[in-house]
Amino acid sequence: MKTFYWLVKREFWEHRGGFLWAPIVTGVVFLVLNVMAIITAEVLGARHGIEIGGSNWQMMIAKADEGDLAQIGAGLDIAMLSSMGLISIVMGIVVLFYCLGALYDDRRDRSILFWKSLPISNTSTVLSKVVSATILAPAIAVVVAVIIGIVQLVIFALVLSLHHVNAWQLIMLAHPFRAIGTLVSSIPLYALWAIPSVGWLLFCSAWARTKPFLWAVAVPAVLGLLVSWFGIMGLFNLPTVWFWKNIVQRALLSVFPGSNIVYSDNALEATADLGDAHNPLSVLSPMHTYTLLGSPNLWLGVLAGAALIAGAIWYRRVRDDS
Amino acid sequence: MNAVVTASGLNKRYKNTVALDHVNFRIESGRIVGLIGPNGAGKTTALKAILGLTDFQGELSVLGLDPRTQRDRLMEQVCFIADVAVLPRWLRVREAIDFVANVHPRFNRSKCEAFLARTKLTPDQRVKQMSKGMIVQLHLALVMAIDARLLVLDEPTLGLDILYRKQFYQSLLEDYFDENKTIIVTTHQVEEIEHILTDLMFIRDGKIVLDTDMEAVGERFAEVMVSADKAATARSMKPLDERQVFGKSIFLFDGADRATLESMGEVRRPTVSDLFVATMKGTYA
Repeated sequence: MKTFYWLVKREFWEHRGGFLWAPIVTGVVFLVLNVMAIITAEVLGARHGIEIGGSNWQMMIAKADEGDLAQIGAGLDIAMLSSMGLISIVMGIVVLFYCLGALYDDRRDRSILFWKSLPISNTSTVLSKVVSATILAPAIAVVVAVIIGIVQLVIFALVLSLHHVNAWQLIMLAHPFRAIGTLVSSIPLYALWAIPSVGWLLFCSAWARTKPFLWAVAVPAVLGLLVSWFGIMGLFNLPTVWFWKNIVQRALLSVFPGSNIVYSDNALEATADLGDAHNPLSVLSPMHTYTLLGSPNLWLGVLAGAALIAGAIWYRRVRDDS
Repeated sequence: MNAVVTASGLNKRYKNTVALDHVNFRIESGRIVGLIGPNGAGKTTALKAILGLTDFQGELSVLGLDPRTQRDRLMEQVCFIADVAVLPRWLRVREAIDFVANVHPRFNRSKCEAFLARTKLTPDQRVKQMSKGMIVQLHLALVMAIDARLLVLDEPTLGLDILYRKQFYQSLLEDYFDENKTIIVTTHQVEEIEHILTDLMFIRDGKIVLDTDMEAVGERFAEVMVSADKAATARSMKPLDERQVFGKSIFLFDGADRATLESMGEVRRPTVSDLFVATMKGTYA
């Protein structure tokens, strides 16, 4: 267990740039863009004599009924979560390339000979990389997103208080703790959903003699094209799209958080049914997202991912080219 | 004496070359063995087999373990420095020590730090900021702090300047080696390790062509400097090698009668490099 902890720590040391700094930089850039947008709005507003918010706003809040207040709260929640959207995309890219390099880069620069001179099993090595990709990276992204989200909320509140809106009252309308809970609860689900991609990418990383990226992308893409041309899916009474959606995308794009939303056909309708005033938190709420645990797509993916990871461990042992 | 490594019928072929051709050898505890051979003779393959880094046919036992199946346990007792500069470039000195200290049960942190204190390395330095010699110093510091029974060195000083090379072997001898440890080393700089070796193994085209201890080398092989008039007699005794120096001929004999040789001229013990060159004649032809 101690060895495993240090193995994960080693991954963090090596990939501090991708795991830690990439989300931070993304978040800060996001904040800066927001601040710039606010300043622009203020300047334009002042120039054209339009008073944003102001006493009118205060009056609006005072007169708003419960439904309207919920709308304002939802807006603030969106503001708080929006940084996570951007950070997620960046994190997905980081995890994708991390997995492709994880078992390849040390073979290329021969530092594998140093790692293999230590009493560490190939299984622990590969699993430490799986854990880094599926838990460490998203956990850091969530922590960063939460901090950025809070800062974002505070900035909005400050700006509005300059316009004589009671910022505290406004913040009370948002659900920061619920938003945090939602983000944290999404980590285990992400881990399960991302396993087939992580498995496939790690497998390519351990197996390829050169250019793991090319193999990882070309194999599913060429297979997909062949399937499309020859209409192979017709044999199983399935549309060609099925292959692209359930094999190609799952192998490559499941490392992007939230990519599972595409797969539940009625995600958006279901939200409407929840009647939670269209709060974005309900789309992302564990109550809703964890229904994915009932889908065979998730568990077949986990199985396929586990098999691919086993393959990666095997190739880690036998690939002898350094 | 107990054997650290026993190999019998070791066989390994790559696509169209034979790297190891039914090799048999035995390495005892407390020895420093030089495994010496031309490029592509199978040295690295033999070491990789011992370290469980490659598959092979035949039987091989390292410290009583099979490197193919019991590698994880084996590596607690075995260390290796494979080539120079295999430390990952992003690693810091501090991180390297922390990591090895926490994953290796036989690592002695204070010993490692004491060794590093004698170098210019600083804890926050990254491998990519170091010279080749400094990387080897760090690697050696890590390895020497591990109480392993077998240390395998594959060209550990390739590309280092002479100061680093001397210091490397000196540290190994003074601060590391004792009768419970065994070192296997391959190198092309034979002259530099000659005086520290206890055993010598020559490998050529995947076969062990010489396997002897250093004392036996002196008894078995002899070099005689013969003046031109006695050269024909010497040649008739089937020398391994002949070369000309200042109008005299130097002959290298394997197992020739001492008294006869002494009657022909000055006899001395051949250097390992001369022996090597004589044994490997025609390798690249």
